[in-house]
Amino acid sequence: MTLCKRIIPCLDVDKGRVVKGVRYIDHVDCGDPVQVAQAYDAQEADEVTFLDITASHEERGILLDVVTRTAESIFMPLTVGGGVRSIQDILDLLNAGADKVSIMTAAVLDPDLVAEAAVKIGSANLVVAIDARAVATSDTGGEARQWEVCTHGGRRSTGIDAVEWAERMAVAGAGEILLTSMDRDGTRSGYDLALLRAVADRVSVPVIASGGGGSARDLAAALSDEKDGGHAQAALAASIFHFGETTVAEVKRSLLERGICVRTPSPGVQ
Amino acid sequence: MTSAAKIAVVDYGAGNIRSVAKALERSGLRVEVTDSPHVVAAADGVVLPGAGAFADAMGALRERGLEAAIQETISAGRPYLGLCVGLQLLFDEGDEHGITKGMELLPGRVERFSQRDVDGKLLRVPQIGWNEVCFEGDHPMLAGLPERDHFYFVHSYRAVPGDQSIVAGRCDYGGEFAAAVAKASIFAVQFHPEKSQNAGKRLLDAYRNWVEKSR
Repeated sequence: MTLCKRIIPCLDVDKGRVVKGVRYIDHVDCGDPVQVAQAYDAQEADEVTFLDITASHEERGILLDVVTRTAESIFMPLTVGGGVRSIQDILDLLNAGADKVSIMTAAVLDPDLVAEAAVKIGSANLVVAIDARAVATSDTGGEARQWEVCTHGGRRSTGIDAVEWAERMAVAGAGEILLTSMDRDGTRSGYDLALLRAVADRVSVPVIASGGGGSARDLAAALSDEKDGGHAQAALAASIFHFGETTVAEVKRSLLERGICVRTPSPGVQ
Repeated sequence: MTSAAKIAVVDYGAGNIRSVAKALERSGLRVEVTDSPHVVAAADGVVLPGAGAFADAMGALRERGLEAAIQETISAGRPYLGLCVGLQLLFDEGDEHGITKGMELLPGRVERFSQRDVDGKLLRVPQIGWNEVCFEGDHPMLAGLPERDHFYFVHSYRAVPGDQSIVAGRCDYGGEFAAAVAKASIFAVQFHPEKSQNAGKRLLDAYRNWVEKSR
């Protein structure tokens, strides 16, 4: 009996449709987030995450409708992030059916927001997302030891130390840290293990690894508690699942063989 | 043929409960989401979901006059299923945001996980994710359930029962804790069956069977 590590497929959602190259999963039309989430539910994903990339805040209603329809048709936890600016935004998403809400830029702009939200809704449903980029250091050759928080999809640097920021957010009441390496995001070259380890070893809340996951081996490394592993409690991945080249259940079977404790897929689950 | 049993899902403003209602419907139950004490008192069974803080949840129940209605159905022998905070509120008191009295139907307290496990190692709080529950005892809810199953948890607080005989399921997170408790017409779990895929369905099917037998 022990808490399993989690595998979390992540969908980018724009104006209510899944974007970013999702082609097919088991012959389902993958423009519809509800259907994609259902497919991942059938694969026994441990959670699913929606990242809303709709530029305009006025179109928020579309997202809320998608969240409602998704929550009604899946039986696993749903996290929603992207464009969350206020406590009211968080409450709207929770009331629509999200189980957890993730905040990023708003937390940087107003560091008190997390503490206020934690009191109002509790820490357990509150995720703070951090986009981190390695800071170039003079001692080349070794792996990075310093990262800074960035916003706006990595385009804007804040100068804030990512590890210290993670600790500060956890202390303020974040129930979980979603940590994305902007250097690795979209590269499928493996997670930034040094970054993950630095944060996971500093905070006392769960850490979700994100950015760079391209194979079961990468996920295993991020979730490993060994000295050279990422020490993360969950791994987020997008592209490896979306293109239908593998399934959550297949990845989990491979992780079990690698000694990572995940929930064993039920017999017959593909 | 009699119609499906009717379950009152108590809506006391503690977050979204649509997924709880959907999951119960999937198990063949008729569901009425309600904050009316009369509807609660007339149902074949009562489900108390919940997320958020103990004090707020207890205050919201009392404000709506729901505490007495819930206790009435329980003493009438109609099956109560508590989920997450719906388990916690059964106990004597909780210490989230100051000490608050609970419904005092089960002996014990609701306390935050310690930040250290039994070996003194860091314990990440909240517990988030899938963990294994080992069921025990002979409560009718357990008929037809596997001895152990994985369920989804998301919580920083858990019940510490004052009487071990009410423990119906154990789980390990930094040490053993009561993941399910039961006493007569009460059954309650700390995890979320509505978020626990097939394992959750098995548990809610067992609830339906228990409700049917109790009518």
